[in-house]
Amino acid sequence: MIRLALTALLLLAGAAQNAQAQAQAQAQAQAPAPNLRIGLREDPDQLDPSLARTYVGRIVFAALCDKLFDINEKLEIVPQLATAHAWEDPKTLLITLRSGVRFHDGEPMDAEAVRYSLMRHLTMPGSFRRGEINSMESVEVVNPTQVRVRLKEAFAPFLSQLTDRAGMMVSPKAAEALGAGFGNRPVCAGPFRFVERVAQDRIVVERFPGYWDAARIHLNRITYLPIPDSTVRLANLQSGAIDISETISPSDVPAVQRNPRLRAVLSDELGYQSITLNIGNGPRANTPFGRDPRVRQAFELAIDRDALNQVVYEGMYTPTRQAVPPASPYHIASLRPAPRNVERARALLREAGVRSPLQVEMTVPNNPDLRQVAEVIQAMVAEAGFELKINAMEFASSLQAAQRGDFETYLLGWSGRTDPDGNIWTFIHTGAPQNDGRYGNPAVDALLDQQRQVNDPAARRALLERMWQVAVVQDVSRIYLWHRKNTPAMSARVQGFQAVPDGLIRLQGLRLN
Amino acid sequence: MWFWLLRRLGQVVPTLLILSVLIFALQQLMPGDPALILAGEERGDPQVLAQIRAELFLDRPLPEQYARWLWRVLHGDLGFSWRIREPVATLILQKLPVTLQLGGMAFVIACCIGIPLGVLSAVYQGRWPDVLVNAVALAGISTPNFWLGIMLILLVSVHLGWLPPSGYVPLSEDPWQSLATTIMPAFVLGNAISAVLMRHTRAAMLNALGQDYVRTARAKGLRERVVVLKHALRNALVPVVTLGAIELGRLLAGAVLTEQIFTIPGFGKLIVDAVFNRDYPVVQGVVMVVAVITVLLALLADILYLLVNPRLRHA
Repeated sequence: MIRLALTALLLLAGAAQNAQAQAQAQAQAQAPAPNLRIGLREDPDQLDPSLARTYVGRIVFAALCDKLFDINEKLEIVPQLATAHAWEDPKTLLITLRSGVRFHDGEPMDAEAVRYSLMRHLTMPGSFRRGEINSMESVEVVNPTQVRVRLKEAFAPFLSQLTDRAGMMVSPKAAEALGAGFGNRPVCAGPFRFVERVAQDRIVVERFPGYWDAARIHLNRITYLPIPDSTVRLANLQSGAIDISETISPSDVPAVQRNPRLRAVLSDELGYQSITLNIGNGPRANTPFGRDPRVRQAFELAIDRDALNQVVYEGMYTPTRQAVPPASPYHIASLRPAPRNVERARALLREAGVRSPLQVEMTVPNNPDLRQVAEVIQAMVAEAGFELKINAMEFASSLQAAQRGDFETYLLGWSGRTDPDGNIWTFIHTGAPQNDGRYGNPAVDALLDQQRQVNDPAARRALLERMWQVAVVQDVSRIYLWHRKNTPAMSARVQGFQAVPDGLIRLQGLRLN
Repeated sequence: MWFWLLRRLGQVVPTLLILSVLIFALQQLMPGDPALILAGEERGDPQVLAQIRAELFLDRPLPEQYARWLWRVLHGDLGFSWRIREPVATLILQKLPVTLQLGGMAFVIACCIGIPLGVLSAVYQGRWPDVLVNAVALAGISTPNFWLGIMLILLVSVHLGWLPPSGYVPLSEDPWQSLATTIMPAFVLGNAISAVLMRHTRAAMLNALGQDYVRTARAKGLRERVVVLKHALRNALVPVVTLGAIELGRLLAGAVLTEQIFTIPGFGKLIVDAVFNRDYPVVQGVVMVVAVITVLLALLADILYLLVNPRLRHA
């Protein structure tokens, strides 16, 4: 009996030793998974997909929270947590989910969780997603891997909303338990899970072993470090204190490209830089500039976008006359900026009966390169008979001034959305929230509303083309200047970086050698 | 003396109250709608804006907003950060030690540079060491923090690779790393103040060296080192100590820029980010705490004055 017990004990010990050796071997095989440090331009706000607003927050969400769909470098919608979708009719969307996916707390990411997350985005007090998906009427669980979303009316941009924060799924159990504190401890289904956050200092996430696509994750831990000063962020990259800088200043791109240990990966962004024109917002719209499209056209003709781009951005950006970047299938290639023509500009001013020089004010958010842009524009339009006064303002103040109508022209960028509607409707439609210049044209409104209801890309594109002809060519309601570039820079040790127009840092396939 | 101390403390309360009204009023004068900023690029939805305003009582009259804030502060509640939804008190407790460490190191550096140089330049008045030290001090005062900071980062971190360019490691986590991350910003911060300290030490020393008791000390045949360091410097330090305490308050202000450059998650960075994001509860809380510290430092200076200069104790 004793001998039997001893043998059993020995056997057990052997097995234990064996298991230990195996675990060690396994650990050694996994050991190379390194830690990555990413420098951000500012500290993100709350990490709750329903309540988050900042762009940099989306960069952190790329680690924490997978979305139903994602976009690729061609701006096509590709599966992520969902595997397929089908429009049963223009108002009914059937989404098929990946099976076996789990949240960081081990809860299943199933149809019920998707219903919960979508309804949370829609109904949670203070949710910033409501505006994005308020065309949604209901979500039904068909079976554990299928949900049916019903819309109040046809809304073509709906699917693309699910490629961003509105498509991020949260663990219902954690969301219920943490309530308003969910953003301080987010629990989603992304490749990395939340570890800690020290406000203004760092956000740390670690590899989630239960991730559905774990084979494509080659990093162990990621630390996101907000470093607001772009010079200091670059210094961190140069000295090896960070591995990726989410963005660098355009003027630093050549220096990075010359450095053999660093790499800048440029790609067209989703958004644009433009000049908002005050056409109908308060008394300051009541000027020849606000009243007469010919005067605005003269202003536009006096601007040489190429030269401007050369002077300020070393020719890096893509001059444009529309809100949709060239990468998008909704970009209208034939709608190009007219070449600078000072003679024609002067003639237009004479036609409009304007005595030159005509004084115009430009409100500019106070940052060095935008101020430089305004100064070059000032010199350019002076030749055509405009006396441009530059009013540099701190960003928050400039936003409020624009909304109140306390501006004549306003130099402002937009970070951009995947679907063209997100770059257009809210800025151009009569009474739309971000239409600070209060431009309004019923013909444009009708076209804008129609394109929202058409799911066929070719038909939608044709409607948008007609809309631009009126809103930009005929009415000169806004002057689009260029599409900027995403300018992430990284150590040459970083491999497998995918440049997608949204500028986010996707971690699938990313390696640090 | 105790009565004096109590009276000084009594003055502190109305000072702080007036200050809190001023801070509140100044914030209201700041252009920029907090709701618009909080909404970020989602500022499109008027419903969302209205909801933010209601949630934060921004739609109430100003006196009511102030009263609500004061009521909570008197109950020890500084409110919540609008942007990151953490209690302001937590943020302050998290950031204050960082800035105190930075400020403390900067002050030590400033004293180590400023006082000996001040003595040196007074002793060699009008000769080349004096001219040299004065030139250095002038350069120190005139060098902007942000420029010096960036130059140091480029030289020490990027080219030489000796120190991390930015960031912060708490003292409790790793003292060496902590020192490595704070020494450059502390130097930048201390630099400007060392110049001020040097100028004041020089003036006070010159004054002291011309006094009768110094002549007497020399006449007694004391060594020059003893005359300068024991007799003259001890007396000269009285105004320097007061000034030092006031400068310590200025250090907090200087930390605003330095922390921004070196990305030190301290008080200065907290307030700058809060101002740009119109995060009023944080701005208000931080400024109040800085005000309390400054007022207390001034009080401390007065007390130190008494300790350093026995003649004042009987006055």
